[in-house]
Formats: sequence, structure tokens, C-alpha cells
Amino acid sequence: MVTFTLNGQERTFDGDADTPLLWVIRDFEKLTGTKYGCGVAQCGACTVHLDGMPRRSCVTPISMVDGSEVITIEGISGKEADAVKTAWAGLDVPQCGYCQSGQVMSAVALLQMVPKPTDADIDGAMAGNICRCATYHRIRAAIHNAANSMEG
Amino acid sequence: MKFKLAFTGVAAACLFMTAGTVFSPISVAQDAGSKSLRPASSFQSIANQEQRSAALFQEAGKVIQHPRCINCHPATDRPLQGASMHPHQPPVFRGDGGMGLPGMQCTTCHSAENTPVVGQADTIKSIPGNPAWHLAPIEMAWAGKTLGQICQQIKDPARNGGMTMDKLVEHMAHDELVGWGWEPGAGREPVPGTQAEFGELIKAWVDTGAACPAS
Amino acid sequence: MTIQDISTTRRGFIAGSGLIIGVAIAPKFASAAATGVQAGGDPALKPMNAFVKIGTDDTVTVLSKHIEFGQGPFTGLATLVAEELDADWSQMRAVHSPTDNKVYANLSFGLQGTGGSSSIANAYEQMRKAGATARAMLVAAAADEWKVPGSEIAVEKGRIRHAASGKESGFGAFAEKAALRAPPAEPKLKDPKVFTLIGTDLPKLDTHGKTNGTAIFTLDITPDNLLIAVVAHPEHFGAAVKSFDATEARKVQGVVDVKQVPSGVAVYADNTFAALKGRDALSIEWDLSKAETRSSEELAADYVKQFREPGLEATNKGNVDDAFKAPGLQTVEAEIVFPFLAHAPMEPLDAVFIKAADGSVDIYNGAQFPAMDQQVAAKILGLEESKVRVNTQLAGGSFGRKAQFGSPYMQEAAAVYAASGGNRPLKHMWTREDDIRGGFYRPMYAHRMRGAINADGQITAWEQVIVGQSIMGKADLDPTSVEGASNLPYAVPNLKVTSHNVNLVVPPLWWRSVGHTHTGFAVETFVDELFQKIGRDPVEGRLALLKEEPRHAGVLRKAAEMADWGSKVPEGRSRGVAVVESFNTYVGQVVEVSIGPEGAPRVHKVWCAVDCGVAVNPNVIKAQMEGGIGYGLGAVLFDAVTLGKGGRIVQSNFHDYRSIRINEMPDVAVEIIKSSEKPSGVGEPGVPPVGPAVANAWRRLTGAPVRQLPIVNIVSA
Repeated sequence: MVTFTLNGQERTFDGDADTPLLWVIRDFEKLTGTKYGCGVAQCGACTVHLDGMPRRSCVTPISMVDGSEVITIEGISGKEADAVKTAWAGLDVPQCGYCQSGQVMSAVALLQMVPKPTDADIDGAMAGNICRCATYHRIRAAIHNAANSMEG
Repeated sequence: MKFKLAFTGVAAACLFMTAGTVFSPISVAQDAGSKSLRPASSFQSIANQEQRSAALFQEAGKVIQHPRCINCHPATDRPLQGASMHPHQPPVFRGDGGMGLPGMQCTTCHSAENTPVVGQADTIKSIPGNPAWHLAPIEMAWAGKTLGQICQQIKDPARNGGMTMDKLVEHMAHDELVGWGWEPGAGREPVPGTQAEFGELIKAWVDTGAACPAS
Repeated sequence: MTIQDISTTRRGFIAGSGLIIGVAIAPKFASAAATGVQAGGDPALKPMNAFVKIGTDDTVTVLSKHIEFGQGPFTGLATLVAEELDADWSQMRAVHSPTDNKVYANLSFGLQGTGGSSSIANAYEQMRKAGATARAMLVAAAADEWKVPGSEIAVEKGRIRHAASGKESGFGAFAEKAALRAPPAEPKLKDPKVFTLIGTDLPKLDTHGKTNGTAIFTLDITPDNLLIAVVAHPEHFGAAVKSFDATEARKVQGVVDVKQVPSGVAVYADNTFAALKGRDALSIEWDLSKAETRSSEELAADYVKQFREPGLEATNKGNVDDAFKAPGLQTVEAEIVFPFLAHAPMEPLDAVFIKAADGSVDIYNGAQFPAMDQQVAAKILGLEESKVRVNTQLAGGSFGRKAQFGSPYMQEAAAVYAASGGNRPLKHMWTREDDIRGGFYRPMYAHRMRGAINADGQITAWEQVIVGQSIMGKADLDPTSVEGASNLPYAVPNLKVTSHNVNLVVPPLWWRSVGHTHTGFAVETFVDELFQKIGRDPVEGRLALLKEEPRHAGVLRKAAEMADWGSKVPEGRSRGVAVVESFNTYVGQVVEVSIGPEGAPRVHKVWCAVDCGVAVNPNVIKAQMEGGIGYGLGAVLFDAVTLGKGGRIVQSNFHDYRSIRINEMPDVAVEIIKSSEKPSGVGEPGVPPVGPAVANAWRRLTGAPVRQLPIVNIVSA
């Protein structure tokens, strides 16, 4: 039996301990904002925050999550999250939208660590998140906008 | 079983073996066919101590120059990956302490253990992991160097993390992250021999004067 | 264990209200993720016509006959309706229409479908009429109620007003009464000069749900008691199951059943991980007797052999053979080989099946030809077509992958559902590996080009031979194999283009911009080489041959002007240019390139000019150009699906079928040419020019022409 908190609520899981966190979140908790895109930590669509740090849930066995705190796109909050979501809407970043939960989770984590990121910081933090629509140009601009909006 | 990812200070580097060799391998003198190490004792037949020492290091080089080791001792800030030693995908970079950049640290994907990947790519059977997962410092870069150059580098405290020869032997023989090379997880070829055998080779090399191969 | 016999709690359908054209309305459910999003929108909304519904809360919901997968039809079609309805943008909503080949036909195709960058082009007048009709019905209802002449009623930003009496209302108050009125036969449309919404950067309607995780895609539909199914597919095209052993698979916790289906072996489980683990535990022997066992390299060698054989004539202008015999010519030759390309949309193919109490079935998926899916599924499930409702969902990309005649994906999914017995709701999903190895690629092509330049530096002859699969499955000339080459925009007096159709068991498909993916590259790199040979500037040279093609010339000139073409380029960098028309949209691009860290091109900047006629939503057009550039660039730099020795598919996931990433994405500037021409599409046309522009810059930077793709393979070879 694995016990963890999901978006602030205590949850338990007593199925196959190898089950990736991604499928626990989606199939068992029915929170579907976190997406499957590759299953091998290549695309970042499944990004969640695990104990405050970005983590690819598709390569995170649920056994590893015991006692941990998981935040998904549905539960992400705070000034960085607000700034990112506002900036994303301001530039109409999403196209198909499928990867964007992961993009937002990675962008929020970046801003939590680096409030005023450079282009190189953005490349470093976001290169693990694939967008097949290639909305990267706007993702970069939106992260800068979010950072600017948090100043002062 | 449980391990938490609160060890955000620890980090990552090597990754998957890939079938499609998209990138040309970086040239290394590698005895690919050999899965075992000759025991240190078998070098007694070389009478000349300096030659014996160099031969011992040459044998240890089967481990040192294996992709499992080279991949995390890259010549740039980007780790290598797989048997073909191509640049790590997704792109990740050294960062503070060799643990990745903010927002994309080693622990974004790697954990304290090798993690099996089930039902996905036949070329990705696991994500490698170790509690100490991180990139070797740039002064310890091995990729693209000859074994002789690596040997000189390993002896130089300025380029080996300030280790004495005793500490070096201890590190090679017992360090947990070094030991990962022998248990690299499903889908990845382990380095030859055992860590104990490798440790003995390094100890015998040090004991014989730590001579280096010419190239 | 077998699939449990538990029927769903889903209620049956009720008939829609009288006015709209045969649209069934589904009951409302607790949550979209639990049930899927019913096509057609909330049944409480009042239908003005098949495309416009108005709520008592003043919201206007547009029923999009086109699938939304990022290219923007929800926003675009809603803009057209809102313009003629004089609605306020804040009251606009969009949902997918139900499936109906007649009511919701793409007017360019004659059946319901999304593709060919045709959404705005085919629906431009239709949606404006739908908006104008609804406006007229609202005005008539208000005139009745207020007892004033309709001609005295004005509508502006969602408010209906009668100035003389001071009466004013939103749309909602009249929605019900308006819906009961007969629509006007020929509603009057606005003069484009008075447009207030068309041509402005309206925010997209689907942005919020796609930013906070609430947008529902097919994969997100998770009703109670859901069965997950995955299929083990062969690693060779044309292979079939010879035998299999499911003993170990059945031992996996959560695996419910294993069945052979036409395309492989299906594993049914209570959750996704169990399905994947079960599939991994299968032991399958494949019959390769009808499989493709040649490698990509061997295929290419076979393609190239056909260059010398007589081909299917696409264009024969002047006399190419004579022209090449003229004295004093310089000739240039090139052979270019293009690989198979997977589309790799972020959301792999998937579908959800839910049976209703009356035995009818709801299918939730994101396909570009929903009625074809309906027909195929009905046949396989043994149901009347009317008993199968295809509810189009938001799709996580497509790039052509979800536009399949004959619905081969649905054939697999429906067969898997049928084999389950259909007593539990079922989600059939592909993994990324199924997607990359699933075929329906942009086919391999080989081009042979020959050009002649006379003593005056004029290009006098151009011969092009194209070898590859016919996407349309034709025995004779397939226009999609030669489009962009057979109608070469450059004024060359002697032009001959031929093609050879190759038959393979590897299934082909259109891939974002179809034939232009390879013809654009071949034509634009080759013409650039010809100009280089005669020392002609690539922009000047093109313009001189585009005198009869003002829209080509217009975007080329604009892109060059944006880039300040001819100005000093930073040390270590080079520039390239290309201009391609596809789907009646003209795109010119200038790129700036250096040698990147992997030895492959690093593209720093792209200047892009687009002429797509009337620009309905400039924001969406720019987004499509940016995305098209990234999509095309990633493929040209990194991507190939290759068949290895013996024909086994090599790549399987994003580690070896690379997607462009943010660190590889250039800065992009887009300008839209002002035009009063009919609007044309923008989903695909951003793709073709970027590859040749990069290859042209690369050739000028390194001296090495790009004769094989992807470029990363050449530079690391």
C-alpha cells in the first residue's frame, strides 16, 4: 500500500507497485490533465511536481512516491502558476494543447527556481518538453512575460 | 520499497541504449568483445614493473573507456548516451555540481535506482538510476581522450577531484556510482568483470608505480 | 478470466428539437472526462440552424464541422459566425458538430472532413451565412415581441436595440422564439469593408482549457468500468500473426483477456499499465512471408533504378530533350532521396466505445473523416449506421495522420471492441511505439533533377523525375506525387516532369503539406543551385522568373525585405531563401543558419511572409506559420523512419525519431500580405519552404548540397 498526497489530498494505492505515477493519476485518480506522450521520459507531457520538483510521472513507479507530495496541473497554484497561465492565455500559446499541461508544469518549476530566466535558462528547463505543434516560439515569449509580470 | 526524491542535490547523466545510431560514435580504444577482466595476479608474468603497471591500466581501461563510464565523463557540458555514445536525448546539461539545470535536473527523470520501463520502446528497457547520479566534473572529462591521456589525468589531483592514490583506489573499488557500471539496468551492457576485480587492477597499478600506457 | 458482463449506465439518446436538421441531442453527463464530450453541444441551447446555437445565458455556440487539433477552426469558424451575427467575441463558444456527411460536409470534398488546409476556405461563406441567418431570426423575434419594424432594429456586440423605443436585449431572451422562426432564404452578408471581427487578433476560444488541464481529449475519457485495450503489432510491414502464447500475459494483474484481431494480438485490461505489461508478456511468432524485407537503403537503390525508365507524364512543355542538346550549355544534375516520415502527433491514435442501453454505440475519437469512421465501425460492429454515433473530440495534433480514407485505424479499434464482446466501455490506444512504427508515413521519394543554362545565363530546360508511392493508391499519375513540380512557378521554356509509382506494403499517407514536403524541397534547392552556378542572387534570380506569378513574387519580396536581404550576415552564418505555394497559399521564407553543436545546421531566425487571401484571424495565421516552420524544420534536420536489415522498423519513440525541441527552434517573424482574395488555408503551407531554405543556406555555408534527408544523418555520417 502506497500513501501519498495528490494536490493536497491524501491518497492510497494498493495495486501493482510498478505502476507508473502517470497511470495512477490518470486511470485511478481520474485526473486527466497530465498526459501520456511517450512513456520513456522523452516528451515531458506527463510532468508533475514531486516534492516540489518537476518529475516525469511516466518513469516514476508509484512505489517511489510513498510519503511524497504530488502536484498536477489541476492542483498547481501560487504566483508563478498564476503568472504562467495568464501569460499562456495572453499569447494564445496552445495549438492542439495536448502537451501544454506538461509545458506549464515545467515553466512554473523554472520560475520557482529562476524568477527571471534568460533564453538559455528557458532552453535548459524546457528542452525536455516536446510540442509537435512547435509552439516553442510563444512558450519562450510567454515565460518571459510571466517573469516580467511577477516583478514588483 | 521506498525512496524519496528529496535528494534533489543528486543527479543524472547517462541514458538509454539505442538501436538507431543517429550519431557517429566518438572514437575510443575499446575491446568491445570482452565481457571479463583479467585478474591483477595474471600480470605477474610481465617482469618489467613499469610495463606491468601500464598493462594493468590498459586492462582497467576496458572499464574506464566503456560507454557506461565515458557517457558521464563527457568532454562538453552535455552527457552522452547509449552504446553509440551520442549526445543525451532529451538535451540536458551539467548545471551546478553536475546535477542538471534548474527545471531539468537529473532527478526530473532519474531516480535512486534503475527503473524498469514496461511496454514501451524495445531499445529503452529501463531508466538508469543511482542515489549519487550526476555528471563527473569537466576537469575529469574522458570522452575523446586516449587511455594514456586519461591515465595521466586520473593521477593528477588537479584533475581527479583532489584524490590521493589511496583514495583513488578506494573510489574505484567501492564507490557506489562507479559500481553502477556493473549493474546498469535492463537493456544496457554492463562494464566488464566485477568492481572488485577492477579495484584490484587499479590497486595493483598504483602499487606498481602507476605507469601509464603510451597512448 | 473473460471480459465481465457489466453494462454501462449510459442513457439512451433523445431526439433533438424540431428546427435543426436531424441532429440528435445527447443527455448531459456529470463530467466530460467520465463520458467524453458529446458532439453538438449542450442540448439546452437553442438551435438557430445546423451551425449556430444560442443559450438563454446569451452565449453563442458554433458547431464546428471541422476537427480542432490546433489549427484553429473553433476560433476561425466562430469568427465568421460572430461577424455576421454581430455578436460580442466574449459570448462565443465552439464545439464539434455531430457526424453527418451531408449537413456537415466539407464543401470542397462533398463529405465531412478536415484536411487540405480547407476549413476556412470552404466554410467562409457558409459560416457567415449561418451567422447572418441567426441574426435575422433574432431580429425577427425581437421585432415581433417589441411590435416594431425589424428594419429599425440594430444589432451590435451581442445587443439587440430599437433606438426609437429605447428597447434593448441580449440574444438569450429571444433564443427560444428565434429558433422557432423560419430562416431567411438568402441572408444578406456584410461588405468586407465593414468587418469588425474578421481580420482582427481575437483570442482563441480553446486556450484556457488547454492551459489549465481541463480540455478533454479522447485519451482522457475514463468512464467507470472502462476496459483498456492495446494491440501487439509486428515490427515488419505486411507481417501477420502466425501463432502466439498468452500464458504469461494472462498472469499479469489486471489483464482481463487476450484475443487475436486482424492487425495483431489485443490485450484487454482494467488499467493502462496492466495492458502494457500484458502486451509485453506476449510471445508472438510472426509470418513474414508477405512482409517487406528490404531495408530503406535497398528500397532507395530500387527507386533510383527507375530514373532511367519511362515514367508517367505530368508536364511536358516545350521540348526538353532538344533543349538539352543545344550547344554551349551548362548542365546541373541532382538526385535527392527523401525518407519515410511519421507524423507523430502528441496524442497517439485512440478511440473510446460506449454502448447505450438500446444497443447503440457512442464512439469518441478525433478523426478527420468522422463519417467514414462511423461507416467502418457500424459494419464491424454489425450495427446500422444510425446506431453508431461518432463524437469528434479535441485531438492532440494530427498533421494528416488522422485523415484516412477507409479508416484503417478505426478498423483496428472497432475490431478490438467487437472482439471484447462490447459489454464494457472500451478505450483502444496506441503507444508512441505503435505510432512511430504504425506506417501511413509520408512516403519515401527519390527525385532526379536536370537543368540546363544557356550562354546568357538563362535556365532553358528543367527535367524532373519523381519516384515513390502514390498516396492516393493510383496506378496512373498521382497529382499529389508531382504537385509543386508539375506546376513549376518559374518561367522555364522547356519543362518535363514525370513520375513512377512504387508499390509497397508500407502504407502511405499525406503528411502536413503532402507532395510539397518533397517537391518543394527538390524544386527550391535545385533552382537555388542553378542560380549559384550562374552567380545569380537567389532572390533576384527567382523574381526574374516569377513575372507571371505575382503572389509568389509578393511573399518572396516581403520576406527578403523583412530579412533585409543583402545586408551583412554575422560571421559564421549564411542565409537561404525559398518560396512555395501550397493549397492556394503562398509562403516565402528567409532563414539564417550556422553550424550547430552537433555539426548539423543551427537555424537562428526565420523571416516568413504569407499570402492567404483575406486574413480571418492574423493571430492564428501567424501561429500556424510558426508551428509549420518548427514542424518542417524538425523533420528536415532530424527525422526518418528507416527499415533496417531484413525490413525491421528501426525507430520507435522520440529518442530515435526526434522532434524539434525549444532549444532548436528559431526565432520566427511572420508578416501577412494584405489581400482581398478569397481566404485560403494556413495549416500546411508554412511547412514546405523551411527545409529548402535551410538546405540552401547550408550549401552556401559549407559547400555541401543536401541530397539526402534528414540532414543530421549526412553531417554525422
